[in-house]
Amino acid sequence: MRAARALDLSPRAAAALGLFVAVMLLLPLVANAYVVSVLVVVLFSAYFGQSWNVMTGFAGQLSLGHALYVGLGAYTSAALFVHLGLSPWLGMVAGMAVATLAGSAIAALSFRFRVGGVYFALLTIAFAEFTRILFDHFGWVGATEGLFLPVANLSHDDPLRLRGSSVMFYYLLLALSLAALALSHALLNRRVGYYWQAIREDEEAARALGIDVFRYKIAAMALSAAMTALGGALLAFYDNNLYPDTVFAMGRSIEIIIAPIIGGLGTLFGPIVGAFLLTGLGETMTNLSTHFEINGLKQWFYGAALLAIVALQPSGLWPWLRRALGLAEGRR
Amino acid sequence: MLYLNIIVAGLLTGAVYGLMALGLSVIFGVIRIVNFAHGEMMVLAMYGACLANARFGVDPLRALILVVPALFLLGYVLQRGLINRYIARPDHEQFLLLLAVATVITASLLMGFGPDARNVQLDYAYDSYQLGAVLLDKVRVLAAAGAVLGAAALWAFFRFTRTGKAIRACADNQVGAQVVGLDVKRLYAVTFGLGAACVGAAGCLMLLLVDVQPYIATDYTLLAFITVILGGLGSMPGALLGGVLVGVSEALSGFLVEPSFKSAFSFGLLILVLLVRPQGLLGRA
Amino acid sequence: MKRRLTRRDFALGAAASGALLAGAGRARAATRPIKLGSLLPRSGYEALIGQSCQRGVDLARKMLPEMGYAIEVIDADTESKPEVARTQAEKLIRDGAEMLIGAFDSGQTFAIAQVAEQNGVPFVINIGADPAITEQGYKYIFRNFPTSVMLGSHGLGRFNDLFQATGTAPKTAVLMVATDTFGQTMLKGINALMPKLNLPFQIVDTISYDPQAKDLSIEVAKAKAANAELQMVVTRLNDAILMVREMVKQKYEPMAIISPGSPGMYQTQFMKVLGKYADYAITNIPWLDPKQSLSRRFEDEFNKANPGEVCTLDAGFTFEGFLICADAYKRAGSAKPQALVEALAATNLPDRVMIGGPITFDAKGQNVNLPSGVVQILDGRPTVVLPPENAEKKPVFPVPGWSQRA
Repeated sequence: MRAARALDLSPRAAAALGLFVAVMLLLPLVANAYVVSVLVVVLFSAYFGQSWNVMTGFAGQLSLGHALYVGLGAYTSAALFVHLGLSPWLGMVAGMAVATLAGSAIAALSFRFRVGGVYFALLTIAFAEFTRILFDHFGWVGATEGLFLPVANLSHDDPLRLRGSSVMFYYLLLALSLAALALSHALLNRRVGYYWQAIREDEEAARALGIDVFRYKIAAMALSAAMTALGGALLAFYDNNLYPDTVFAMGRSIEIIIAPIIGGLGTLFGPIVGAFLLTGLGETMTNLSTHFEINGLKQWFYGAALLAIVALQPSGLWPWLRRALGLAEGRR
Repeated sequence: MLYLNIIVAGLLTGAVYGLMALGLSVIFGVIRIVNFAHGEMMVLAMYGACLANARFGVDPLRALILVVPALFLLGYVLQRGLINRYIARPDHEQFLLLLAVATVITASLLMGFGPDARNVQLDYAYDSYQLGAVLLDKVRVLAAAGAVLGAAALWAFFRFTRTGKAIRACADNQVGAQVVGLDVKRLYAVTFGLGAACVGAAGCLMLLLVDVQPYIATDYTLLAFITVILGGLGSMPGALLGGVLVGVSEALSGFLVEPSFKSAFSFGLLILVLLVRPQGLLGRA
Repeated sequence: MKRRLTRRDFALGAAASGALLAGAGRARAATRPIKLGSLLPRSGYEALIGQSCQRGVDLARKMLPEMGYAIEVIDADTESKPEVARTQAEKLIRDGAEMLIGAFDSGQTFAIAQVAEQNGVPFVINIGADPAITEQGYKYIFRNFPTSVMLGSHGLGRFNDLFQATGTAPKTAVLMVATDTFGQTMLKGINALMPKLNLPFQIVDTISYDPQAKDLSIEVAKAKAANAELQMVVTRLNDAILMVREMVKQKYEPMAIISPGSPGMYQTQFMKVLGKYADYAITNIPWLDPKQSLSRRFEDEFNKANPGEVCTLDAGFTFEGFLICADAYKRAGSAKPQALVEALAATNLPDRVMIGGPITFDAKGQNVNLPSGVVQILDGRPTVVLPPENAEKKPVFPVPGWSQRA
């Protein structure tokens, strides 16, 4: 109960959270490999969504080019592993550093020149696309031929070198997602979180109050970039092959943002709810469309579902769900 | 001499880019909605022209008569029925709404037409004019001419008709316009319809130059944005200028550097403009 | 949240009971159909080729039982994405697939290979040229398609055959290469092999281009400016169409357009869209063997089932993938993975569809017996013109100019 109060949760909400974590921990023991691999997709989606949420949900800066940080994290750690044998755990840190640098630079440039709103969003797209084409010509990381990680000895899990089964990645991602949840909660309850929300609501007023808007916006971008890059590194070691056209793709940037928006932008649990919902919807659609042999049916339902949610519940499904389940006592 | 050919080809293609971007510029300039489904609407128009060709045997230039009003109607209904509620909402909601519309359009096209690239077989597809040392592609010339005419027609509409002037009034001062008794909702719908009609015309012309398949839409949405930002959001001559600039710079950079860097160049240009002069070359500050 | 009984539950139940029955009926195992899972990009940006391969799957469904094999095929769509390929492979295995065939794209194939290897399910690759796939030390992966290295070297080798057969050879060539994975690997291979193969021409310029480009006028202008006698290309389908169109418009007429082994210039769309301008384009690539009776039967069945479509290596190799699996199962007499793998490794199929000796696999699971033929578009149809023992017609080189086409 002390923990519940520390996390600012009602007893009911705390129980729900506990139940959720327990179920997630036990699932791989009862589910088959297909379900686990689908859940890994869900967790990647949730984690990327949480990382993006920090910048766009909390601080209000719309980024449409987050695939850039996925790619930087993925390629840095993978290339260092392949060419220098560097441990993936160290490579992850390197990837995060590169992404933080890039994110800060882009943010600093943009905000120094007072680029905001839609223009800033377009800028993020431009940087992601530019980097994609750059990597298409970057020989050391394989350019368009792709970067392949050596896949050997799959008989047992090797967490130290991140070689292993879906189950291993499942638990790693679950831990990461829960950590992101805790971090987001902590941030929101500190000064930095308050400042971010102030900036999101009314930037001019925030500036008038003496908040260093410039610095805090960069901080949001930098943190978001670092978190995303960490996920990117894990993605590299899960997929074991990287191509600039898939890793930095605009499609990926868009995929990243759909789950948190549908779940609830700016909320703590929204990205996770969104990820489950969307992946579930996607898989159901895949099963349906193979049954009916119609090309494109899945994408159509996807779009229609998106339309429905934007039209009916624009603040996301999590706030509505939370009220419906009676968990609304707590703050998030 | 080779350079001249390249530049001219870039100019001609750029004119069509300009027409496409014009629609986007008009929509944003007046309604302040960022139309992320722009490319998809153009692809819809392209398929429309394909159908007209398959069903009635008309070439895309004649199909304009069918496609442009159809797209106008689509834009009008879309704005009036759906998008209107989102004008004052946050950016990401607008974006997501139009993204959803775009996804539905692309998926419907995929279901209806399949993934094959389609085009129209034109008798004059392989013709070219020789003007001195310059070899001009006939379809490119026709497309560019159509684009310039379309732009001129739109400009005349805004300059000389009552509705056009009313729309400009809305753009300048929405509250004032309402005070004077203008039906802002209807005018917004007309504007979106016009923007869609523009992109519809651009689609018919574009079909002369490229083949259509459901997945090319995103590239064109991005291209439209680059063009409009270069030229200046809300400026009509800016959109054309932006289009021509993008067309020529793509052509030259492809030739001088490496063809696969073409898009990188455009994105680099976009970044530069956004940082140094976000209102674009001809936009209002 | 309540949870309704879903199709997935039924499938799980069915698979479970299926597994029970399969284990129980070992005596009947040899005649009960083997479950084959097919993974192809039937939607997404590779949908066109995925559907082309799917025609081979449908023909396998029909023809293999007629040939005495007992198979059951489950189709899956990779949506042209590696993540989906992976989950679909898992799904097929869970639904009872005992062998997998796919997947055309190297990235997706790689993802499936990992799943197959981890689960001990044999995976036969129908099309997928990345050499790395068979270099991972996998035991369950077999590939009946040349690697890009093999494609490059066999394809380049055929140039001399063509020049000898027609008594003409160019002295210069310009190379246009797509900047995708396949193109760049081929480019590396070509650059490495050129000095060793004693070809009569020099490559005077190499032009890389984005295969997704909607306009290739600049690139073709550059190629024309190189003033070479031969146009060598590594393309995909849409860019091949764009390129030829531009060449016609710019009145650029090399001795021929020859591909050392890339898709595009033999596919239905290419000929449909370009009409007479598609004729005489040459691709050096493994093709259906007109002298094999199975191949002729296959092509007849294909034409009956798909009027208006051209029978290409997509359908041919896909069919062969299924044939290999069905044959291995027949010889193994059991569906146990170990038995299947051993049977696959011992494959020796002389009656086949594509050009080349009997289908066999080396220690890495690669079939190294896949020579390229010279395939030229004649009268709107891809025709094998070399080597003479597989040829239907004689090659035409140099080719008639654009204005001279009928």
